[in-house]
Amino acid sequence: MSTAVLEVKHLRVEFPTRRGVLVAVDDVSLAIQPGEILGVVGESGAGKSMTGMAVLGLLEPPGRIAQGEILLAGQRIDNLDEKALQKVRGREIGAIFQDPLTSLNPLFSVGDQLIETIRIHTPIDKKAARSKALNLLKEVGIPAAENRIDHYPHQFSGGMRQRVGIALALCAEPKLIIADEPTTALDVSIQAQIIALLKRLCREHGTAVMLVTHDMGVIAETADRVAVMYAGRIAEIGPVLDVTRRPQHPYTSGLMGSIPSLRHSVETLVQIDGSMPRLDAMPPGCAFHPRCPEAGPRCSRERPAMQHITAACWLHQGGVQA
Amino acid sequence: MSALLEVKNLSRSFDVSAPWLNRVLERRPRQSLQAVDNVSFSIEPGQTVSLVGESGCGKSTIARLVVGLYGPSSGEIRFARDDFRVQMIFQDPYASLNPRWRVGNIIAEPITTLRLLHDPAAIAQRVSELLQIVGLSPSDGEKYPHEFSGGQRQRISIARALAGEPEFLVCDEPTSALDVSVQAQILNLMKKLQKELGLTYLFISHDLSVVRHMSDEIAVMYLGRIVEMAATEKLFARPLHPYTRLLLETIPDLESPNRERSPMAGEVPSPIDPPTGCAFHPRCPLATERCRRERPEAKPRPDGGRVACFAVGET
Repeated sequence: MSTAVLEVKHLRVEFPTRRGVLVAVDDVSLAIQPGEILGVVGESGAGKSMTGMAVLGLLEPPGRIAQGEILLAGQRIDNLDEKALQKVRGREIGAIFQDPLTSLNPLFSVGDQLIETIRIHTPIDKKAARSKALNLLKEVGIPAAENRIDHYPHQFSGGMRQRVGIALALCAEPKLIIADEPTTALDVSIQAQIIALLKRLCREHGTAVMLVTHDMGVIAETADRVAVMYAGRIAEIGPVLDVTRRPQHPYTSGLMGSIPSLRHSVETLVQIDGSMPRLDAMPPGCAFHPRCPEAGPRCSRERPAMQHITAACWLHQGGVQA
Repeated sequence: MSALLEVKNLSRSFDVSAPWLNRVLERRPRQSLQAVDNVSFSIEPGQTVSLVGESGCGKSTIARLVVGLYGPSSGEIRFARDDFRVQMIFQDPYASLNPRWRVGNIIAEPITTLRLLHDPAAIAQRVSELLQIVGLSPSDGEKYPHEFSGGQRQRISIARALAGEPEFLVCDEPTSALDVSVQAQILNLMKKLQKELGLTYLFISHDLSVVRHMSDEIAVMYLGRIVEMAATEKLFARPLHPYTRLLLETIPDLESPNRERSPMAGEVPSPIDPPTGCAFHPRCPLATERCRRERPEAKPRPDGGRVACFAVGET
């Protein structure tokens, strides 16, 4: 087996507050192989973005990694200092964010931002960097790139800005890209363009992707494997078609049933009553048990671990009654 | 049965000109944006009609025109009766509830404003009844909006809308700000209320799967115009307009993900400077010279509904 590009082991992200320590990500383990797209899906507050931010070393203080390890191509990166981390970020791990208008600097032209990023990570002169930036813009499908390279972010439409965002993430040829809701701010037809672009470029460059999103449809079309997160933990992880067609965890099946279908009509959608617990009111045992239709006495007492199977649920590990 | 709402040749434009001084100095003309362009449709009692389209297609402007938040530039909006009661549910439940008011007062406001009840005890009684109808507890009336989650806030918005005893509800992207599992709760609630109270909905959304689930009839909009309108099942079974087809092809389908799709190129043009002729022609695979020159009028679909495209029926 080749070394995974990214390996996250028992990651725990905490936020110390005046009223106690909040655990945003709890015991999350996952691995991404070279060239693989791993989808991380979940509802707001499930900890999916937090996991991505922890990998990037961009947790907002007071958030901190309390436990666990993050390995990039076998090297630990979670204990690096800020300076060493800056070398890794951008060079080894690229990032694409939801709204490129906030992640691009409005005061510099798109070309200047690309050139700056390229020159930080590769020792080439300004002219070579500019021609590389131009090629990147062409590669991500910016029409008339020769003129557009000197334009400012506000002169681009949402879809075009996200293309620039992708160019920026790719410019140091990283091994891994963390894409946090890259298409959420876009219309469906533009979303499809951006997804197709991201898939094609990653295939061509052999880049692995961690695709964080709340949209199961995007995951189904893009990812090779998917991790479903709930209340800071991974509820289920597996190949994407297995998870969407034969979900093992009751949360995943509820989630799949609550999405209206494009093919057939139902009178009522599957409804998961209640909402995700708040971080300061996490139920004991399995965090999903108060909403789970299958829950038994064991679920409120003990927390199911992810073992050799792919869903953290007692249903698949000796029953809910014990 | 006569229509409950009839919209005829409705248009609305907005003045988006630069300030006077800039116009004078830079010699720029006034500019206007045609948000809604000659739109007609009607809604029968008890039905749900949806407007669907990408951002900037004018769907929310129509919602606001129908409830009277904007006045039309031309055309008419006619309700079945003069004393017809309409309420609206907005997209963002964080912005549409006054953070300084208790939930009970928020819900009571339409009752007192419309003078539906006078006795304070009766109003309080009605508020707790409404809270129960939307699945909250009567004691929640004492709380403030910030104490609720997004889904619960949207329930409060629905309770407030119902407080006005409307026959007709305009829902502008009511679940777009919500997570899918919460969205399912709200959609189920809205369907249940429709059945129990005999409500009629004008439903606005960009999400085709939500629209399919909720509506009897769907109007697909592009740059201010309705390009195709038909009964839900018929539209999904046989989309005729190239834009409808492209929309249906682009949305990710969970049941059979099309992993090797070739997405439609181009972007929605700016409504300030729309293309000539058929507004969709720059992105349309079937566009001809005629589409660049002339604007297609709506013609009937063979199975009911209508479609505005020259290519339909000629192939």
